[in-house]
Amino acid sequence: MFPSAFNYEAPTSIAEAVGLLTGHEDARVLAGGQSLIPLMKLRFAQPSLIVDVGRIPELRNLEMNEGMLRIGATVREAEIENAPDVCRAFPILRDTVCVIADPLVRNMATIGGNLAHGDAENDHPATMIALDATIAVRGAGSERLIPAGQFFRGLYETALDPAEILTEIRIPALPRGCGTSYIKLHRQAGDFAIAAVAVRVTIDGDVVRDSRIVYTAVAATPQRAVAAENALRGQRLDTEVLAMVAETAAGALDIHDDPRGTAGYKRRVLRAITGRALRLAGRRAAEQELR
Amino acid sequence: MKRRVAMRVNDTEVTAAVEPRLLLVHHLRDNVGVHSPRVGCDTTSCGACTVLLDGRAVKSCTVLTVQADGASITTLEGLGDEGGELHPLQEAFWQEHGLQCGYCTSGLIMAAITLVSEAEGQLSQQEVRKALSGNICRCTGYVNVVRAVQLAARLMRERNPGDMNHGAFPNE
Repeated sequence: MFPSAFNYEAPTSIAEAVGLLTGHEDARVLAGGQSLIPLMKLRFAQPSLIVDVGRIPELRNLEMNEGMLRIGATVREAEIENAPDVCRAFPILRDTVCVIADPLVRNMATIGGNLAHGDAENDHPATMIALDATIAVRGAGSERLIPAGQFFRGLYETALDPAEILTEIRIPALPRGCGTSYIKLHRQAGDFAIAAVAVRVTIDGDVVRDSRIVYTAVAATPQRAVAAENALRGQRLDTEVLAMVAETAAGALDIHDDPRGTAGYKRRVLRAITGRALRLAGRRAAEQELR
Repeated sequence: MKRRVAMRVNDTEVTAAVEPRLLLVHHLRDNVGVHSPRVGCDTTSCGACTVLLDGRAVKSCTVLTVQADGASITTLEGLGDEGGELHPLQEAFWQEHGLQCGYCTSGLIMAAITLVSEAEGQLSQQEVRKALSGNICRCTGYVNVVRAVQLAARLMRERNPGDMNHGAFPNE
């Protein structure tokens, strides 16, 4: 299999890339290509122009300071996996990256591509919502900053305009007492999730002050379980509370069937992984307090 | 419209004019004449097409040739030395009988290179299985493959005890 013919440009600056996309409605941005190339081989995507952003140095930045982690759009998944300081500061990022496809794909795939693809079965979207990340995009005008929670609009649909490119992901540092985790159930190595959950809990004393619970692969966009987050506020992370929160989350969501599971099965999976993820995040929050 | 690309394949400079849609695996097989990267599944699943792209193992059926313009590519052909001595990974696959039909073998070896060359001690089964989770073998059941990779890491340490990369890339 091979893609249908297209024109190819490999700009070396963001401005040049935006210029190439402007006025080209069916152009597509190529980063690592690990989602787009398979789609093009199947002819599900047949763009007339490919704008390869892989040679733009501005998009390759990976930088962490006191307040913020900044990840350039074309930073590869394997680079995140192999950045020990990033994995230590954001355990959920390590959890997430390590379950994306397989090590060979992760050597090519980029974080920006994973997000801009707009696939609710991809793993980064839920994690970015749980981390209150901001997604920076650039078009002809000035930079736009979009909260991750508002970025995903529908199946393969994001807040990106056709002539905009995703440039950077900005993740605020986790406060003290904050633990995170990502747990994914998949049938075999490299597969998409049957369901997965991204969790962030902030513990104060021994009760939860604040949390995020966000699901992958249950509907056309990542689903945040706000009712469950509210139910968790002020509670201790004990077995009864975890069961109650998992039940609240699984019960409130509008879950869709897909080839990896029926809504009923996914609901059962959510009940199991939600408690597991919250317990892990809680343990990490406690470990972080000790450091 | 065709584009001119230049890349280093196993220490040989190769230039060609290619269609942007040409996949790297086809460029290597049809234009360069290197046949160890194989088209198995053609859907980014099986890893039979694995090559090193600037030192990183990738699936060449899911890379455009134009993406690799200016890059350095290593395939299985680039591993053994000119005197005909096998690379430790090749030697280990032979000794442990880590193959049956052999179709997936070049991909498995290229996928295992980074792991064995960076291994500091004995590799666990789990480490090997994780590193090879992007490769499918339909014959062996993986048991001998895992043993072969574990043995390769030992062979590399014995051959090149002082070398950080244990002689993983003899031609460089």
